[in-house]
Amino acid sequence: MAFLELAHLDKSFGANHVVKDFNLSIDKGEFVSLLGPSGCGKTTVLRMVGGFEDPTAGTISIDGQDVTRLKSNQRKIGMVFQSYALFPNLTVAQNVAFGLKVAGIDKKETADRVKEMLTLIGLGDLGARYPFQLSGGQQQRVALARALAVRPKVLLLDEPLSALDAKIRASLRREIRAIQQRLGITTIFVTHDQEEALSMSDRVVVMTQGRADQIGTPFEIYNTPATRFVAGFVGTLNTFDATLTDPATGTVRMGDTQVVLNRQVKAAAGTPVALAMRPESATLGAGQPGDVTLTGRITEVQFLGAIIRITADLGRQSLTLDTFNRSETPPPAVGSEVTISLPHSGMVVLAG
Amino acid sequence: MTRFAAWAAIISGCLYFLMPMIGMTEFSLSMRRGVYSLDAYRVVMADPQFQATFAYSLIMALLTIVFGVLLVVPTAYWVQLKMPRMRPVVEFVTLLPLVIPAIVVVFGYIRLYNTSGWLPLTGSVTGTNLLLMFGYATLALPYMYRAVDTGLRSIDVATLTEAAQSLGAGWFRIMATLILPNVLSAVLSGAFLTLAIVIGEFTMAALLDRPAFGPYMQILGANRAYEPAALAVIAFAITWACMGLIQMVSRLSKHKRA
Repeated sequence: MAFLELAHLDKSFGANHVVKDFNLSIDKGEFVSLLGPSGCGKTTVLRMVGGFEDPTAGTISIDGQDVTRLKSNQRKIGMVFQSYALFPNLTVAQNVAFGLKVAGIDKKETADRVKEMLTLIGLGDLGARYPFQLSGGQQQRVALARALAVRPKVLLLDEPLSALDAKIRASLRREIRAIQQRLGITTIFVTHDQEEALSMSDRVVVMTQGRADQIGTPFEIYNTPATRFVAGFVGTLNTFDATLTDPATGTVRMGDTQVVLNRQVKAAAGTPVALAMRPESATLGAGQPGDVTLTGRITEVQFLGAIIRITADLGRQSLTLDTFNRSETPPPAVGSEVTISLPHSGMVVLAG
Repeated sequence: MTRFAAWAAIISGCLYFLMPMIGMTEFSLSMRRGVYSLDAYRVVMADPQFQATFAYSLIMALLTIVFGVLLVVPTAYWVQLKMPRMRPVVEFVTLLPLVIPAIVVVFGYIRLYNTSGWLPLTGSVTGTNLLLMFGYATLALPYMYRAVDTGLRSIDVATLTEAAQSLGAGWFRIMATLILPNVLSAVLSGAFLTLAIVIGEFTMAALLDRPAFGPYMQILGANRAYEPAALAVIAFAITWACMGLIQMVSRLSKHKRA
């Protein structure tokens, strides 16, 4: 049995059905992200785990105990909010000590735990400051320390990095993941930022319209998206309209070209499908024998530093491809005719 | 030209407010013929009636403040947290004391709580004092509610409550250790406004026949010349001291930005 089990969770606000039959099992110590656009129900799922919303149907169990009807202050969860939510009238140390005081832990142990937590987040000498005297990144680290101080069974992170600027976001991302791994705490992280979800998580749940579209490791989510939505939401993708001709061998027809993927596709022959490919899978020039080759005219070249993103017009549609920047090869000029090759291995058939 | 008009408006406004006060203060100092003296103040201060009525009103003000805080803070908190749609209704109710004259309220009280009523509060001194305190709390409600509501709006009540709940805190702890301290300066400004209202209130205290400071001022005004002016200056001083305290308290709270 999983450590945290969400079974058939449903939530409606009046006529608005925001979470539909949501199922998720999380192992102890696992870091799982709920990723999706705003309004997809990810925060509602998190709030139901935290006890801030009652599910309309379904159960939540933590460590074998059914907590569905427990109040949030009885669930032993730690929560970090987007807006930090530090208590403005308490100092940093008092904020971290708050949960310990509620739990009735004695002064000596509380002081030790506060010190340990502040050291953990690298703010050991700021205990006497008030929240308004800290930067956003520091405040969020204090909020993390406050949530962890009570040694919760589950840590819930509700878009904790969204209010921070890009540089701090990236460093705090690494820090949160490192602390989570060091403590081995089961964590649910809600975000709409795919980069955050992919870089931090053991598994990612991609959500849309209240449902989990795909649950998998970041590698699986990115490389083998299960649905069109997942493919489109996570990363950039080129899609080509095609028709499935042989599901057993994964043969599809794309215009005049026949593409054999050599893996089974779960759909009936004759089904219109989308053939999808990440920009980094396509290459400029002639590729390996057997690759699909197309010719096009370059319409845009974006120099992004390590990567050059090239957009080419293929006649009926355009295609985006990424190449690594190499100092000895300048990017092709806009307007030039090029050959683009698409290896089979980088292609995914999207039926849903 | 506009600059000149602005200054003219400021100066005439100041004169409009200051002239009567200067006149009154001057008069209160003129009890002894020919020289300025504090005789009127001395007489007023030495009057045992002054001391008794002032002490009575002060105690009533403190009780009103305690009752008002216990009534308003949880109500405003609950409205903000759970029933934000009810806010206009609650605001309307709290504004009613501004449009219903005190005399109407107190007649209603007397009619409802007289000795032949179902709750004969006016039948005993304690009961009448209690009734007067409720009356004062009603009069102070618009100011108290507004002050506390503004204070609550300046913090993220919902998220702070959820953060505290996730750390295991119950309602009482959340109210006492988080909500109240965070709206303390708002509560105090409401409290000082209440104090200023209660100290000067006449209608309710007179009609309920309680020995408050307001009726004392009226009696003194009807019978003496210089002493009422001295009393009025004292009352002004108290009100202004309260205003000063509001400013001071809101500047001294150390967890806020200066």
